[in-house]
Formats: sequence, structure tokens, C-alpha cells
Amino acid sequence: MSQDTKKEKKFTMTLPPEELMACGHLACQGCGATLAMRYMLKGLGQKTALCIPACCWAVIDGPYPYSSLDVPIYHCAFETAASTATGVKAGLEMAGDPETTVVAWAGDGGTFDIGIQALSGAAERNDDIIYVCYDNEAYMNTGIQRSSATPYGAWTTTTPVKHFKNRPKKDIVAILAAHRIPYIATASVSHPEDFVRKVKKAKAIKGTRFFHVYAPCPTGWKSRPEDSVKLARMAVQNGLFPLYEIEDGEKYTLNLKLKDKKPVEDYLRLQGRFRHLSPEAIAEIQAEIDVRWARLLKHVEA
Amino acid sequence: MRPKKAKKIVFKSAEEMPIMICSVGDQTHNLTGAWRNIRPEIDLSKCIKCGICWKFCPEPSIDVVDEWPVVDYDYCKGCGICAEECPAKCIVMVEERR
Repeated sequence: MSQDTKKEKKFTMTLPPEELMACGHLACQGCGATLAMRYMLKGLGQKTALCIPACCWAVIDGPYPYSSLDVPIYHCAFETAASTATGVKAGLEMAGDPETTVVAWAGDGGTFDIGIQALSGAAERNDDIIYVCYDNEAYMNTGIQRSSATPYGAWTTTTPVKHFKNRPKKDIVAILAAHRIPYIATASVSHPEDFVRKVKKAKAIKGTRFFHVYAPCPTGWKSRPEDSVKLARMAVQNGLFPLYEIEDGEKYTLNLKLKDKKPVEDYLRLQGRFRHLSPEAIAEIQAEIDVRWARLLKHVEA
Repeated sequence: MRPKKAKKIVFKSAEEMPIMICSVGDQTHNLTGAWRNIRPEIDLSKCIKCGICWKFCPEPSIDVVDEWPVVDYDYCKGCGICAEECPAKCIVMVEERR
């Protein structure tokens, strides 16, 4: 390409150009959760209200009276993300504003462990909210403690190397699918176009909508900050975190069809939290992924 | 597209504080560029304007000025995602000298 034709070429923007997240926030270098928030706000636009319980984002956003986000935020108690969002939505409707999208934005601790009863209640009532769980696979904000989203074999400060976690990760999407809510989707920060498309689709649907977003955490995973997006992409490509949607708890759609899954070992070797794993343990993780993948394909084909 | 550069807000008394919990200012007074150990440098002669560095910047500290990507060194934390993801390999991380 010559220099002149290049000068005329437009900068490619595959995402909406509006930026609702400002610089100067307090996230670590290479944080996946900030990317997730950026893409979600690009999809939802300005007419959004956020309910954030105690999680990394309660800190990243900044101390009162500052906020890195250009949308209103309600900081609520750890277990009440979904019920606070329900209340905010009911209040907005009473005030005559049915347009604003209310989003509960919680980490994996606030969704899988502590907030699950509020989430289950909101899903059962089919309240008109979007619940986003950004999953960094431990309580990263308080210092890398084990949560029920931590995968098999991972090191955390409460599951040290000698007694690493020996239980698999909780399948939150299946739990939500059993509630028969209108829309459930998984998304990854490595596939932002797919994420923004799903967010726009969810915005048009009424009822409880759930997102499970894969957000790598260099601090807690003991990986290099520049590998964050690469790790998220590897998790999608090796079948550890498949991208799919579920409508009405029944209709499964696989967004990224994998011809052959890549081995999970390359993904595990990039992270310090899996350094202690023996080849037998890695084979066990691979077998678990294959079982889950086969189960998902069965759902998609049914 | 660049967010405004906000000043630090100081409340002199409790009465001045807003009653509602709301954000009254952004955090752009917090220059996170000071956290950086390595800095990205873009070689624009090799740039293909694919937009991938802009797309994956978690700050977001990559601006688009006259259809070219430009790094805002006031806020870039030096994570290196842009250099890792760039398909044309035109971003290199060099050691920060102050």
C-alpha cells in the first residue's frame, strides 16, 4: 500500500465509537473486567443505570464523588445486585421512565456464591433487568480467595498448591437456563463484536437477561498483563468457555463453531496459578472440557 | 472523542455535597500514566489502520486523531495488549525513561 492511499483509508472501527468509560480509572494493568464494561456500555448507550455490588468494579470506578463511567451507578451490598436492580427498575417505571435499561453488574463471587439467591429470585419473577456476571474466577478484589467459579486445579490464597481446588466450576448458565428466563448469553472480552451484538439483542428483549462474561485477571491468574485478551481467546478456542446463547431456556445457539478444539495445556501453561499441575491433572481437565463440550453440542442439536 | 480533562473536586463543607448518590465528576485528574514501566510506540509507516489496538485498549487510552491511532501517555498504564494483538506488529514496547 502506498503512503497516499493509506492516508485516505479510514480507521476501521468495528465497535460503536461512543466512549462512556473515561480514562483514569483504578484497574490493574491489562484488566479484562474494564474491557467488558467498555464493550457493554458501547452496546447499551447512555440510557443505562448500573447497580454494582462489592466487586472489582466498585473500586475501579473510583471513590465518591468521582466515577469513571458516564452513566448513573448505585453501589449496593454484596448479595443484593439483582434485587437492587429490580427496585431501581420499579422506581424508574413509577417515575414514568420505561426506556432506561437497568443493569446489575457483579463479579463471580457476587453471582455464583453470595448473590445467587437474589439473582434466582429476580429470574423467577422475570424482572426486567440485565444481569452481567464478569467472571475472573476468584474473589480478586479482596486478594484472590477461592470462589465457586474457580476452576479445577487452580491456585488461590485459600487453596494453596498442596491443597489446590479439587472441585469443578459451577455451571451458572445451566442454573439460569433452568429458570426459563428469556435470554442467556456467554461472551468473552476477546470477541467484542459478538459481545456488542448480544448486548444490543438483549436490550430489545423484555424480562431477565443474563450475561456470563469471561474476563481474565492478570493479578490473580499470575499471567502477563499483555496476555489477557490472548487467554480469553484461547479459552474460547479450546472449548473451556464456549460462546453460545439460550433463548427461553430451550433454544441453544452456538455462536462460534469449533472444527477442532485446541489442547487446553497451552492455555494452562501461560498462567502461574496452574503451574503445579501434573500431566495427569491436565488430562483430567481436558476430559472435563470434552464432556462439557459434548453436552453443549447435544443441547444445540436437540 | 477525547473525554474532558476534569479537575479534582473538593467539598468545603458537608452542605456542599450532593444528597443523591451520583457521579459529579470523572476521574481524569488521576493520571495513571505514572504507573507505567514500559511504553508503547506506534510505527505509523507500518500501521494498517485495522483498529485492533483501539478495540482492545482497557483504558481506553488510544485515540483516533485524523484517522490514525495515537497513544495518550497521560493515561496509558503500559499493559502491552496493543503490542501483543497488533497484526502488523507496528507497536513495540520500549522501556520508560523519566
